[in-house]
Amino acid sequence: MKLSFGLLRGTGSLIALVLIVIVFSVTSPVFLELNNLMNIIVQVAVISVIAAGAMFIILTGGIDLSVGGMVALAGVVSASVVRSSGSPALAIVVCLGVALMFGILAGALITYGKIPPFVCTLGIMSVARGLAFVYSGGIPISNFPAAFRFAGAGSIAGVPMMVIIPIVVYAALWVVLNRTPFGKIVYAIGSNEEATQLTGINTRKYKIIVYALAGLLTGLGALMYIGRINSGHPNSALGYELDAIAAVVIGGTSLSGGRGSIVGTIIGALIMGVIGNGLNLLNIDPYYQSVVLGTVIVLAVMIDQNSKNQRA
Amino acid sequence: MSMKKLMTIAAMALAVTAIAGTANAETAKKALVFGYAVQDLGNQYWVKVAEGVKDQAKEMGVSVVVMDARTDAARELANVDDMIQKKVDAVLLSPWDANSGANAVAQANKAKIPVFVLDIGVASGDIESLIVSDNLGGGKIAGKYIADMIKPGAEVAHISCQPGYVIPALRGKGFTEIMNQTGMKIVAAQSADSQRAKGMNVMQNILQAHPNLQAVFAENDEMALGAIEAVAAAGKSAQVKVVGFDGTDDARAAIKDGRLAGTVAQVPYEMGKLGVKTAVAFLGGKTVEKTTYVPVELVTPAK
Repeated sequence: MKLSFGLLRGTGSLIALVLIVIVFSVTSPVFLELNNLMNIIVQVAVISVIAAGAMFIILTGGIDLSVGGMVALAGVVSASVVRSSGSPALAIVVCLGVALMFGILAGALITYGKIPPFVCTLGIMSVARGLAFVYSGGIPISNFPAAFRFAGAGSIAGVPMMVIIPIVVYAALWVVLNRTPFGKIVYAIGSNEEATQLTGINTRKYKIIVYALAGLLTGLGALMYIGRINSGHPNSALGYELDAIAAVVIGGTSLSGGRGSIVGTIIGALIMGVIGNGLNLLNIDPYYQSVVLGTVIVLAVMIDQNSKNQRA
Repeated sequence: MSMKKLMTIAAMALAVTAIAGTANAETAKKALVFGYAVQDLGNQYWVKVAEGVKDQAKEMGVSVVVMDARTDAARELANVDDMIQKKVDAVLLSPWDANSGANAVAQANKAKIPVFVLDIGVASGDIESLIVSDNLGGGKIAGKYIADMIKPGAEVAHISCQPGYVIPALRGKGFTEIMNQTGMKIVAAQSADSQRAKGMNVMQNILQAHPNLQAVFAENDEMALGAIEAVAAAGKSAQVKVVGFDGTDDARAAIKDGRLAGTVAQVPYEMGKLGVKTAVAFLGGKTVEKTTYVPVELVTPAK
């Protein structure tokens, strides 16, 4: 029963995704081509990996506004490391490390510093973006060795890493969330933190781990982002915090924590990616695009909510 | 003469000129202070405008405070408010967009501080002068360059900056005019929000819908650089010519490598210098042109 609950949640957004796919399949002859479907996955890869981390945080009742700034900072720092040292391995460690450190910092400030997640990560967003500008002097750092670009531009047996990485990340996180005590604790913290603490669980420790995990995933997203466009730019990933949160929420996760499925989050990310892709294919006037995007997002969440009510 | 003596004399000479300098400035007026409110120092282009502003100011003995709005219209307004508080003699403004610029100009108008707009333009308000690249002309230059590389009837695409950006839209207009005149088919006109990653996504989607595409004009270099990554990933580098606008260092490097067909370069450094010169001239009582065009130049592998 518990398992089916986890799987069912987010099926509403799946219905919405299928409807959107049908609309675009009918209106654009090239939409359903394998190549295009691959393009869509590649285009949502970064945001989906980041959204996975954001989802864990939201499950605990928190929020993370820092991801855009962190992508920019981890991006420019590792870009300059790979350019100056010539060592892709070192730069990859730096990219993941910078984001991980900021994740741990956020977790510590929120738990031990008692700063609300919204304010704390808003501050980190600004600091990280600012540091990215200071560090790079506002100038993009471009052209990397292939090994450093592997996560963003490489492929294994013809399958892009931008497809492989999200699949691996989501599979692993599904197991963590649904098959480990850690996953149960994450849900428990979001449902009732005090009660969880009273059962003898060190909720602060687990929350720091969650923010650290999200940081690491943001670092991975940064690696994919700069590898793909072959450039680290302090203005990278503008607005990604909202895109990540939107993917999580469209995917049926409750903003108040405790409820949500990892499968829903990838569907949420795909919904946004499919809309962006379809609007380009149909050559819809850019003036109308954000209107369409906003409307579809609201409709998608409406479908999800209604399907839940019917089940309840 | 010993080295030490020489140094002493040099130091004295310096001190004398310094005193003379201050005396001059004091008799003329106290040194001018300008504020430069810039939309985004994350963009090489604006970094160069700011350098031009700073260098020209130094040359003319003007001190200048540079404030970065970091692409945020609200921060831009706050920056201009801060400049008004500092009682600067002139506000130089490169607004985030024409509307946010209008708000900033309204504040400065209220405080009776003259405003000089460097690029972008403002939707309303009183400004002393607009210093801007010839964007419409530049779009036409890009269009002609593309038209020379392909045959009439060829499919081309147009990638634009954020909807509502007046000046990049002029580039697009110039390009579109030439495409229509030369009988090219614009099969896609999409926005990529001035960003490289988005430029890559949009290009990928356009290529999916229009596999026979032969050329792309992007309204800025960041999007053009994203587009060439998508073209390369699709294995169509030989088929699709990409032309950008701005002339950033990254774009020039990509042209050298043969990945980018060309860009229409603005001369942002000169724009910054011209902004300061114009403001100093105005404060010195001279009349200044309402609009001053900074020339643009086509950059190709050949030149």
